[in-house]
Amino acid sequence: MEQFIFYPLSLVCIIFAVGVIINTSPISSAVSLIGMMLGLAGLFVLLNAHLMAILQVLVYAGAIMVLFMFVIMLLNLKGDDEDWKMRGKNVLLASLSGVFVLVVLFMIFGYGFDSEIGKTAALPDTFGTTAAVGQLLFTDFVLPFEVASILLLVAMVGAVVLAKTKLN
Amino acid sequence: MLSLTWLVPTFPLIGSIINGFWGLKIGKDNVGKVACGSVLLSFICTVLILFGLIGLPADERIYEQVMFDWIVAGDFAVQWAYQVDPLSMVMMLVITGVGFLIHVFSIGYMKEEYSYYRYFAYLNLFMFAMLILVMGSNFLLMFIGWEGVGCCSYFLIGYYFDKQSACDAATKAFIVNRVGDFAFLLAVMFIFYIFGTIDYTEVFAAAPHKLVYGGETVIIITGFLFLGATGKSAQIPLYTWLPDAMEGPTPVSALIHAATMVTAGVYLVVRCNILFMMAPMTMMAVAFIGGGTALFAATIGMTQWDIKRVLAYSTVSQIGYMFLGCGVGAFTAAIFHLITHAFFKACLFLGSGSVIHGMHHEQDIRKMGGLKKHFPKTYITFLVSTLAIAGIFPLSGFFSKDEILFHSLMDGNIFLWGMGITGALLTAFYMFRLVFITFHGESRVDPHVHPHESPDVMTRPLMILATLAAFGGLLGIPLIHGWHVLHNWLEPVLHIDWQTIVVNSSRMLEEHGHPAHLSHLLHGEEHHDAGTEIALMVLSVGVALTGIIGAYLCYIKYPDLPEKMTDGQWGYEIVKNKYMVDEIYDESIVQPVVKGSRLLWKEADAKAIDGSVNGVAQIIGWCSKQAKQFQSGYVRNYALAMIIGFAILLLVAF
Amino acid sequence: MVPLSHYLIVSAILFFIGVLGVLLRRNVIVVFMSIEIMLNAVNLSLIGFDRFLNQHDGQVFSFMVMAVAAAEVSVGLAIIISIFRKKPTINLDEFNIMKW
Repeated sequence: MEQFIFYPLSLVCIIFAVGVIINTSPISSAVSLIGMMLGLAGLFVLLNAHLMAILQVLVYAGAIMVLFMFVIMLLNLKGDDEDWKMRGKNVLLASLSGVFVLVVLFMIFGYGFDSEIGKTAALPDTFGTTAAVGQLLFTDFVLPFEVASILLLVAMVGAVVLAKTKLN
Repeated sequence: MLSLTWLVPTFPLIGSIINGFWGLKIGKDNVGKVACGSVLLSFICTVLILFGLIGLPADERIYEQVMFDWIVAGDFAVQWAYQVDPLSMVMMLVITGVGFLIHVFSIGYMKEEYSYYRYFAYLNLFMFAMLILVMGSNFLLMFIGWEGVGCCSYFLIGYYFDKQSACDAATKAFIVNRVGDFAFLLAVMFIFYIFGTIDYTEVFAAAPHKLVYGGETVIIITGFLFLGATGKSAQIPLYTWLPDAMEGPTPVSALIHAATMVTAGVYLVVRCNILFMMAPMTMMAVAFIGGGTALFAATIGMTQWDIKRVLAYSTVSQIGYMFLGCGVGAFTAAIFHLITHAFFKACLFLGSGSVIHGMHHEQDIRKMGGLKKHFPKTYITFLVSTLAIAGIFPLSGFFSKDEILFHSLMDGNIFLWGMGITGALLTAFYMFRLVFITFHGESRVDPHVHPHESPDVMTRPLMILATLAAFGGLLGIPLIHGWHVLHNWLEPVLHIDWQTIVVNSSRMLEEHGHPAHLSHLLHGEEHHDAGTEIALMVLSVGVALTGIIGAYLCYIKYPDLPEKMTDGQWGYEIVKNKYMVDEIYDESIVQPVVKGSRLLWKEADAKAIDGSVNGVAQIIGWCSKQAKQFQSGYVRNYALAMIIGFAILLLVAF
Repeated sequence: MVPLSHYLIVSAILFFIGVLGVLLRRNVIVVFMSIEIMLNAVNLSLIGFDRFLNQHDGQVFSFMVMAVAAAEVSVGLAIIISIFRKKPTINLDEFNIMKW
């Protein structure tokens, strides 16, 4: 049963991802990216990670991509670039990347993830819920949590400073 | 008394330091007083030490005063120590005595010179170095003195440093000396290698035991020592610096190039007499080189027109006689001639200095003549010294030269004697030629020059030296047994234990399978026939008189005779140009060295070494040029680099 | 039951699509988006491991990744805006002043 959701969903993700890098117009790429993220959120739900799935939609697709859209529209970027052509350099790089994919896949299979780690024990009902993750976040991982908040503060200040128009 | 030894070299050193640093401040008079006073104090100490030495019994007359341990390095230990024994005593007396008289003379001679204090500082420094040379108790101290006198000779020859010829002459003297010094140093190192020590007493005591009579070791050691001696004492082949050294002030020529420095080589050979007596081949070489130089220099002296050059070649010739004496084993005779030569040659040089000073620095004897009436005192002293050098009885030169000639016939061979007697003939001839041309005859003096006799401060030393030249012969009266004062005095230093030498050498030779025929050495002192000696004395006086008569004929009676004889003769031209020896040396040795050095400079240094050092820097530059291309500025290149690195990490980790 | 390896394969493919995008595209915005793809792929594999090891640590890590990604995007876009004021191009190859 699960497979029927998993394979189509992952296919969708991959197609949208390819769409990001193939499209000439940046707006189209951005929209493809949103599609990929939604697909990924679906995969997260399949993995019983409910909180992460919701956060994915809220933060990534909702905030970050909107920011991207704003900037594209602000700078009025058109796809003034050439198409992604089959230039010699590009072929080389693409094939290199393909080789790496194959190597990694081979290594994955070599480790035998099909064996015991693949077998799941029964998951508790509270797995992946907000309460469970939040519990961990405020006890074991409180320091990274606080540091992440300072990081966001700094990024906010930095972004404001960098993007400010110089007043004459 | 004997503990005053260390003061003898120290007084001149102090004088040199005072004059060198504060000479300008204390004024000319005080400079002269400091310089002469220090040497006088040295002389007084030397005389006191002499009395102390006489007080000791004859075979114990050796006193060593250690100042401090100088070098202690593993097996090699050298002390700064002075050794006073009969030989060094003789040298010290000559150096300080004659040196003092020359210092006094210099006060008058150098009166109008600039840098008065510099002259006296160097002169005192020279005295210090020379005293170290003769008083040192080991070869290294002698070498220090050796180098020191060479250095001071350079300073003093180049005293008039604004004259190019003086600077060249000083450099030439130093470099030619250096060749000799190199040989000397090799010999000292070899001595250390064989004996493990370089102290005189230890080396000479161990010599009969460690060295084989006539073996290669001792011949090499003595050969190199003699080569060093030829450099310092201006014998063939290293004599070329001495005539040019006449560029220096005349008292310098008197002190350094007549009485003291050039006799250092003779001192060396006499000091190492036991080593030389064990090397018959070297002795033969010494005798032939000495005799040959005596003859060779005498021939050149006959043709020179500069008053100081004649005396310079005469010095070379007379030192040749000293080496001739050493070479046939007559060490006492050599030292005797050294002493008398110091007296009359210093007197001759100072006399010529007086003439030059009075003639306002004219040195060409063709522009002199008839100076007898202008320089009465100088003339008398000059004449006495010339009679001494010619070997006329009963002046000192007769006794010393005659003893050398006698021994060269008896202990040497007829060729050596022949060279000696011919040299004596020529010596008498050219010395009297000098006297007749300069002092007799009609005056050829330039009308602008007004010659005048020198002041007392210059003539008194002349008179003292002339007296010594006249009566110095009393030191070595031959024939009458026991009256040869010098022989008796030097006996302990020159005594050789033939018994031990023969026994040890025979043993060492037989160990190596060579049969030893050394018994002839045990014959002991031969007593020469008195009749032969008297006959030879008469012969040498006759030869000297012949020379004088010849000079009289050529330069007084028939003044045109020399020109007629020599005009156009190619032999005369060659001799006058010193046999072109300087030019030969220049072509064969100096030019190739200069060219080689230039080649090394341009090719090896500038191209190869500088090139490789610069090349290293250029390699680094090239490397960084290649490396900087990574910084292309393209973000995507950086991203690619990151990906590649990441991939390599993956591969390596798994 | 979908085994873990399948999730990991999907994550790997997504990651390398992101790498391709970074290397091959010259549009600055598209390069940024490819970086986002990469981050998401990593998130996927983290959460996948969590599910099969019955832990929550990976999810917390993924949480942090998201926060950092947000910060990074905002600052990066601010930089691009300020560069764009100087030189109105979005061609990455033309930003090449910082070189030897």
